[in-house]
Amino acid sequence: MEAVNALKLLLTFDPYVYNIIGVSLQVSGIALLFSTLIGIPVGATLGLTHFRGKPFVTALLYTGMGFPPVVIGLFVFLLFSSVGPLGNLGWLFTTRAMITAQTIIAFPMVSGFTMAAVLSVDKNLMKQLQALGATRFQASWAAIKEARIGVLVAIIAGFGGIISEVGAVMLVGGNIAGKTRVLTTAIVLETRQGNFGVAIAFGIILLAITFIANLTMITLQKKHLFATE
Amino acid sequence: MGEKSYQIKNLLKKYPGFELRVDDLPLFKGEVFCLLGPSGAGKTTLLRLLNFLEEADEGEIIFEGRSFIPHNNNTRPLEMMRKITTVFQRPALLKDSVWNNIIYPLKIRKRQVNKQEIMPVVEELGISHLLRQNSRTLSGGEAQRVAMARALVFKPQVLLLDEPTANLDPGNIKIIEQMVTKYAAQEKPTVVWITHNHFQAKRVGDRVCLLEGGHLVEVSSKDTFFNNPRQRRTQEFLAGEMYF
Repeated sequence: MEAVNALKLLLTFDPYVYNIIGVSLQVSGIALLFSTLIGIPVGATLGLTHFRGKPFVTALLYTGMGFPPVVIGLFVFLLFSSVGPLGNLGWLFTTRAMITAQTIIAFPMVSGFTMAAVLSVDKNLMKQLQALGATRFQASWAAIKEARIGVLVAIIAGFGGIISEVGAVMLVGGNIAGKTRVLTTAIVLETRQGNFGVAIAFGIILLAITFIANLTMITLQKKHLFATE
Repeated sequence: MGEKSYQIKNLLKKYPGFELRVDDLPLFKGEVFCLLGPSGAGKTTLLRLLNFLEEADEGEIIFEGRSFIPHNNNTRPLEMMRKITTVFQRPALLKDSVWNNIIYPLKIRKRQVNKQEIMPVVEELGISHLLRQNSRTLSGGEAQRVAMARALVFKPQVLLLDEPTANLDPGNIKIIEQMVTKYAAQEKPTVVWITHNHFQAKRVGDRVCLLEGGHLVEVSSKDTFFNNPRQRRTQEFLAGEMYF
């Protein structure tokens, strides 16, 4: 019965459902954009350069990759709360605070995977491109392009990490219907209220979105691994 | 001898436990200069210094009449470096089509890609049928021929070869040797060729040098080097007795 209700909700294009999907994609999409814009240059720089303290920065980044999102949510909550340093912005319980939290969550994933991808590029390549007359920038850019599949995987991993995240968005967004309610927080709410059909419908949508993201990742990897031309 | 392209003076490059010292070495346009010597003698280091990919600790390299001294970042302008290239023992190619690999040096120089100029090199190296193929699908010999094409399309004035045929079969070795010899005859570049193969040095070299322990043991014409070496250590090296 609950499954039938879930299907009904999906097929009748219920505005409540589609508003939640829209907010989810908007928040996670913008957060992913920001984390990509910051994370790729940081990851590429870490992968291509050597400097004192690099092991420390790398360890910090890897720690960030495993940081509990709810703790990041707590920090962002304190940052934007009325007594916090950015409280005057009035961002708490808005999508802006949710985007901030998700950007912080996705950033270490995007930059960490980007760094790993750039590090996996043949070390001799940059040396040989420089011997062909490439500037350091041109050789670095070529190395990033070589790692493009890994960089794409980094972006998709970041997206997967934030679209399915619940703790931080619940804390800083407040799960306000029509405003800050996203798929994950809606599932929590509907389950608590006993609306299992709705919760299942949201679950299916969330699974479908993450499945599409993963399918894209695998397809790209497959193309990369088995390409002949 | 023709016009000088390089003059090396009192060059010193230090690594922990190793020093490369070249007091006086001229290199000429149009010559193929073969560098022989055991592993760890400093041959690759010398090549990297000639390609200005590394800086010496002391001394001077005069290239095309301009003096390059260590510890001065302004002494390695890009336009000078772009007259020189190196082909390495293990080619590292972009994960892209063979064609895009070959035209890479032209693209970074913002030069026009003229297919009619490139095709003779590609055909000579026997890789015209591979142009649309991804570089990852190439055999070692094919990859090295692509690396050679990539190095020649922009017509370098200095071609540095770091054992480019070390891992190749006789057929591929012959193609590479013929290509370099033809390029040297046509464009009159300075070619410095590191090889462990005495016969190869005999086939392609004009002058031959023995480098051992970071020092030039002998620099002679090919005939002198192989038929009447001036240094006892060269005789021992050629007899295969030097290091045992």
